[in-house]
Amino acid sequence: MAQQDVMIDVQGLGVSFGHGSARVDAVRDVSFQVARGCSYGLVGESGSGKSTVLKALCGLYPLQGGSIAIDGRACIGRRNLDFYRQVQMVFQDPYGSLHPRHTVDRVLREPITIHKLERAESRIREMLVDVGLGLDFRFRYSHQLSGGQRQRVAIARALILKPKILLLDEPTSALDVSVQAEMLNLLHRLREKYDLTYILVSHDLAVVAHMCDRLGVMVNGRMVETLSDVSLLNGQATHPYTRQLINACHGYDRKMIDGFVRYE
Amino acid sequence: MANNEYPQQEQTVDGLRQWLLTTTPCSRLQARAGRSYIAWLSFTRNRLAVIGLGIITLLVLTAVLAPLIAPYHPNVPDLEQRLQTMSMEHWLGTDQLGRDILSRILYGSRLTLYVVVLVAIIAAPLGLVVGTVAGYSGGLVDSVLMRITDIFLAFPKLILALAFVAALGPGIENAIIAIAITSWPPYARIARAETITLRNSDFIVAARLQGAGHIRLIVHHIIPLCLSSVIVRVTLDMAGIILTAAGLGFLGLGAQPPLPEWGAMIAGGRQFLLDQWWVATLPGIAIFIVSLGFNLLGDGLRDVLDPRSGGK
Amino acid sequence: MEPLLTVENLQVSFTSHHRTVDAVRGLSFTMGREKLGIVGESGSGKSVTARAILGLVGSPGKVEAEKLVFDGQDLLAADPATWRSIRGRRIAMVMQDPKFSLNPVMKVGAQIVEACRAHSKMSRTQAREEALAMLRAVQIRNAERVFHLYPHQVSGGMGQRIMIAMMLITSPDLLIADEPTSALDVTVQLQLLAIMDDLVSQQGMGLIFISHDLHLVASFCDRVIIMYGGQVMEVCDAAELQNAGHPYTQGLLSCMPSIDRKQQVLPVLQRQEAWLNKM
Repeated sequence: MAQQDVMIDVQGLGVSFGHGSARVDAVRDVSFQVARGCSYGLVGESGSGKSTVLKALCGLYPLQGGSIAIDGRACIGRRNLDFYRQVQMVFQDPYGSLHPRHTVDRVLREPITIHKLERAESRIREMLVDVGLGLDFRFRYSHQLSGGQRQRVAIARALILKPKILLLDEPTSALDVSVQAEMLNLLHRLREKYDLTYILVSHDLAVVAHMCDRLGVMVNGRMVETLSDVSLLNGQATHPYTRQLINACHGYDRKMIDGFVRYE
Repeated sequence: MANNEYPQQEQTVDGLRQWLLTTTPCSRLQARAGRSYIAWLSFTRNRLAVIGLGIITLLVLTAVLAPLIAPYHPNVPDLEQRLQTMSMEHWLGTDQLGRDILSRILYGSRLTLYVVVLVAIIAAPLGLVVGTVAGYSGGLVDSVLMRITDIFLAFPKLILALAFVAALGPGIENAIIAIAITSWPPYARIARAETITLRNSDFIVAARLQGAGHIRLIVHHIIPLCLSSVIVRVTLDMAGIILTAAGLGFLGLGAQPPLPEWGAMIAGGRQFLLDQWWVATLPGIAIFIVSLGFNLLGDGLRDVLDPRSGGK
Repeated sequence: MEPLLTVENLQVSFTSHHRTVDAVRGLSFTMGREKLGIVGESGSGKSVTARAILGLVGSPGKVEAEKLVFDGQDLLAADPATWRSIRGRRIAMVMQDPKFSLNPVMKVGAQIVEACRAHSKMSRTQAREEALAMLRAVQIRNAERVFHLYPHQVSGGMGQRIMIAMMLITSPDLLIADEPTSALDVTVQLQLLAIMDDLVSQQGMGLIFISHDLHLVASFCDRVIIMYGGQVMEVCDAAELQNAGHPYTQGLLSCMPSIDRKQQVLPVLQRQEAWLNKM
């Protein structure tokens, strides 16, 4: 990977919570690079630290060690407004990520006001059409929307600042499979249209395999294996945990389940 | 022509209803109006709350229109007419100085409303700001602000108000300040509790990730969500505030004569309680009705506004 | 074999102050001691069906059916006392989120013991033994320790195991599982299904498994009912699902991403009003 093409560079990332004997290392020595315009997947169980990596990228958690560089610039400490114009995030729970008293219009206007951008009207209209909602939805409150529609609003909110990087924290796991397909297609289309770089976190290997060019498998805060989508398809995964995840994706099989091991 | 008028009117009413209840509003105004209309519909389903609202509306109207509807001047004594019973001339009788009690009660509603509004304007925002800032900041700021709140909470309301009035001198303004100072801590605690549950929710984190600063987060994102429970609590506290004001008036530390404050009127009438019962009783009934009105209204508002009671 | 549960022409509707919503329209099925899957998107009426079978549809909902018979007992005519003897003891339900189903201020063990003693007379020590045995049966390794934990001290997967243990301790004849695993990790999800599967085959229990994931249901259940808009689109044997004829079933099957092939764009489910019979 040529140096100028690296959009996200994470080296030796460590995040921990608490002090002394109560200290928990949520992420330990995680390194990966994501090229411009690519999408990178992080797979793992809940508690494996995959969402923590995303939040550390956004500056929501302090780093215990390692470094993060976005587009060649190191990110240290508090992030400034420029950082948020480059990096945005979409959350897992579409029911919790929209303000309950704000209309869709207000949700989309908020980032424009914060960043003092112009052409608010046309930006909001354009974004609503882009995420496939249409202008009818502009003045609805979030409780008048379905889960899929809320998630579209959340994506529109993230993209209205025209960022280069979108961090997706389990964006479809709270949705029906049929709505998940629409959402994945939308994310795919938006990535091409805006030349976005994605990091997608999910516990569903199939979703990550569908969306991402490369993926990392996390167990207990460590990255145990990284793979390209092609090698995953060709069955070249080597770590037993990855193989177990691949098996689990093939549905219920009584005999196979007895062979499941917890990786600590 | 005349025949057409009625159905047309009905059509406009129907159209307005539809405009309010539509699921696809096309302007901010319509969205907000529709939301208020739905809240209004669920409020009106609670009959007692509507009665409460009626009482408070009546209080406001009386206060505004007192000079127009009061038959006599409230403060001019007429010693020849003292301690008259209820009659056609004096519907509610007269007091020991011959002043018309109905007129005094009507004018007294102004003082009651004055106390209620000023206390609400001082105490609610103070509590809201202290509570949200404490809850949002956490750590040292939280500890310091909440300990201050605890100190105020530890004073008995009436006693602190008494001490305060004793220090600053009796008068309705000092009584209001005294009541306001003792009534904000509960609002701060409510706002803090709400803020703590909201602080780490996804939509607040999302706003932070858009670059929203602390002040913007508190003012635009957190306060609107704490507001409804504080409004409910303030409304329910109003009865207590009115009673405290009346209590101070009764002790002679609130509104000073000849102001027709209801508590002071009771104090003035207590020596005639056995023979001329109406002098003390009627202002008492006024206090009772208004307090009840605020309590009923508060209960109704809680059903509509407070998300925890399942009113949504 | 006599069917365990017969549902004929089930109708559930909810009336609010401006309109009536038909959540379930004319659902019929019979089941024996087998694993039956009900699949559909949110709003298809699958959860409401489960609640209707348990008599848990409260006001303003209205349940009507031509027949609702459980093991020879007419549920439509059941009085509150009959319901109490059926719910929990004969028909049990595992819900999606264990956090809302466990009492937060009571230790896990005490809750299971209480469930056990509420339905069959036994001493406290005997109930305790039963509860521990049940916790081990749902693959909880140190049952003694978990017995003394509070619900907030256990993980999601563990909480769901505890819920299943609590529901199964009365050995019900029918277990209804309403998306019991969709919030959990894939491997934990499958392990829980295996526990339920073993209990079905060992205790001869009937299981209704409700989910939106058709692939998972197809690999787990014997038969699948596919619901859309409150109506049954199709009923088929799980093994025959790949050949299912209804476009909705086909749509649900193909819209899932697969790790065996790479697609640029996923086929999107096209929903058609015409599938619904006008009532």
